[in-house]
Amino acid sequence: MVIGPVDLWHLLARPRIGELLRNTLTLAAACMTATAVLGVALAVLVERTDLPGRRAWHGLLVAPLAVPAFVNGYAWVSLDRSVHGFGGAFLVVTLSYYPLVYLPVVAMLRRLDPALEESAWSLGHSRVRTLATVVLPQLRPALLGGALLVGLHLLAEFGALSLLRFPTFTTAIYDQYGSTFNGAAATAMAGVLVLLCLVLLVAELRLRGDRRYARIGRGAARTSVPLSLGAWRWPLLATLAGVVVLAVGVPAYSLVRWLVVGTSTEFPLADLTEALVATVVLALAGALAATVAAVPVVWLAVRHRGRLSTLVERSTYVANALPGIVVGLALVVASLRLVPPVYQTAGLLVAAYVILFLPRAVVTVRAGLEQAPAVLDDVAHSLGTGPLATARRVTLPLIAPSLGAGAALVFLAISTELTATLMLSPIGTRTLATEFWSASSELRYGAAAPYALLLVLVSIPATVLLMRQERLSLQEATP
Amino acid sequence: MRTTPVQTSPRRSLRRAAVSLAAVTLTASTLTGCGVFGSPDVVVYNAQHEQLLDELVPLFEEETGLDVELRNGKDLEMANQIVEEGKDSPADVFLTENSPAMSIVDNAGLFAELPESATATIPDQYVPADRTWTGFLARSTVAMYNTDSMTETDMPASIMDFAKPEWKGRVSFSPTGADFQAIVSAVLELEGEQATADWLAGLKENGVIVQNNLVVMQSVDSGEVDAGIAYSYYWYRDRAENGSDSDSSQLYFFGDQDPGAFVSVSGAGILASSEHQDAAEQFVTWLTGTEAQQAMGESYALEYPLNPDASLSPDVKPFDELEPPQVDVASLNGPQVTDLMTEAGLL
Repeated sequence: MVIGPVDLWHLLARPRIGELLRNTLTLAAACMTATAVLGVALAVLVERTDLPGRRAWHGLLVAPLAVPAFVNGYAWVSLDRSVHGFGGAFLVVTLSYYPLVYLPVVAMLRRLDPALEESAWSLGHSRVRTLATVVLPQLRPALLGGALLVGLHLLAEFGALSLLRFPTFTTAIYDQYGSTFNGAAATAMAGVLVLLCLVLLVAELRLRGDRRYARIGRGAARTSVPLSLGAWRWPLLATLAGVVVLAVGVPAYSLVRWLVVGTSTEFPLADLTEALVATVVLALAGALAATVAAVPVVWLAVRHRGRLSTLVERSTYVANALPGIVVGLALVVASLRLVPPVYQTAGLLVAAYVILFLPRAVVTVRAGLEQAPAVLDDVAHSLGTGPLATARRVTLPLIAPSLGAGAALVFLAISTELTATLMLSPIGTRTLATEFWSASSELRYGAAAPYALLLVLVSIPATVLLMRQERLSLQEATP
Repeated sequence: MRTTPVQTSPRRSLRRAAVSLAAVTLTASTLTGCGVFGSPDVVVYNAQHEQLLDELVPLFEEETGLDVELRNGKDLEMANQIVEEGKDSPADVFLTENSPAMSIVDNAGLFAELPESATATIPDQYVPADRTWTGFLARSTVAMYNTDSMTETDMPASIMDFAKPEWKGRVSFSPTGADFQAIVSAVLELEGEQATADWLAGLKENGVIVQNNLVVMQSVDSGEVDAGIAYSYYWYRDRAENGSDSDSSQLYFFGDQDPGAFVSVSGAGILASSEHQDAAEQFVTWLTGTEAQQAMGESYALEYPLNPDASLSPDVKPFDELEPPQVDVASLNGPQVTDLMTEAGLL
């Protein structure tokens, strides 16, 4: 749809845009700050102190990653309807997204060379002061990368915010498309959203600066001596338990409660199986395709650094912040105009997933390739190994873990994707997410519960994969 | 260490890659072709409540042996998608909750004229003059009020009064759904553009905006607001099932030809581009026939069947006591409504 500059200005200068801008910005700022503080504090607590049961806490703290944000929103709002508006959105989004900061910070903490800290102690710095002045600054890339992911996720979040009645650009775009499809107002809003995404990307680049934190060689896997908590142990344990109860306990309780209370009337085994199979097949196909597509992008960005390759890499992030409905609509129009036969086929849907979630694969695969020294490729070449064999025998094994982690992140995202799936899926395809959404938006909480449970179960293997991925370092996503 | 000569590896891994790619492609095409997803006799783009059609479709399939596949969505979303798809649309039949979505498709000239049999049982005022689609269910606009804070006499005479300052913070509605937009289109038709714009501005000022009509009901029942604008059947359904939300609320019918007594019509139409005209005609004819209409009347839905031979639970206020305003079902202007609502800051 073509609109003139006057109409565009008219659409952008109205009060509704101001309201949405205020909502989106305040929520993003609050959630990015909260997830950053929470993510770093929890990571330091688990990785660098003598807190009892650290391994178990680590598992519990990563667990929210397996609970999609909109399932979490449903869990809270169906227990207590007063959880809505800014407060509810802030609470639920923070609890759902903090692992995106926590995980890379943990990975970074595990990789830091303890020798630096030991030098600080030997110079007479206290443990706490060392933590603040030596360790924390080194976490900056992990922290910024994680916060950037939180911000991008938030810009695209639809389900949770819609359930929690907090309108942002994404929910408003959805409402507009629902009424006018490719109306001018929706297009203008999507434009603002892309701008917000660019602002985030540039801000993160600026804050990160040019400092490099890498060390030469991986060194010995030696961990730092844990900080003794002393009397602080108990209040800190209680705080940690509080976070886990809110982030994991509440959704678990709510789900079980609805399964018991609500599903006595409905537990459609055939429908559940069908949705489960469709979800897993689509998510696997999409994860595979996105990971494969990420490799050349990353290779270009890492091995051929330059303005152009940075631009290519960064441009993939924009789609990550676009609501699925925008990408979905674009593909509806494009496929109908250009290649009608692929319309509403599984192939087109997988293409939509790749466009939407490529950045998640790029982020992780990049971290892996950064750590695979280019010199090894050169050595292989000098020994007479061809390019393909080098890729297969040298580079791929080195980046295999990050390929797995990238695929896991994409898998998690696809299994909860809603809007593009609704628009583009082959006729008759129902996924766990679409079925869950249909039930929960009709307030049939009991009927939604089995789908929510399956969504969580399907997400567990990918989450475990991510958790085990010690070298997963989202922070190295950005140069 | 493997001892395979280095030179043959690339070719071998390429071949392996090609084989697995072929396997994936083959599996995918089998899945989409005829295997898992099947090839239905009638593809219905369904914007009516999914649950209702999930109840109805098996009855039709059993009776005719035809295979019906539903694609579920929302009124305006699907209407616009069909318009975008044009003659390439996979849809054979389009079902909506409200008539403005039918008008969008009709105005694009995409509907085929319905056969006599499909409209024979439906009163004329619920079928557009050119018979491109037909109403098959109806829903009455109502206000719900909280019985702890309000009595019937506190309620306004007209739905237009909710825009007055005394209702600030006291009324909930769901502007993003097609349901509310159908009510706005009736207001537009009956009161004109300026009055509608003023009314919307007042509602924006006063209203508590919620996700859908069910949440409207909840917000009234919990006392979050004193009144809410919705359709009657939500309340009846809840009362029939468990009363969990409706036990502190009552329905208020405006009547007296007020815009607030507007009866919105759910529509069914056949796409001219459909390659399954016969099956599609059978489906729509069946949908308006007495058997299906009675099944709808007896279902959980509690919307009004339009076939006079079908009856609804006696607990529901009878259709002929609603005193709705006279509105031509084909005249409701969806696009102008969304423009007005965008202008008012509701979308």
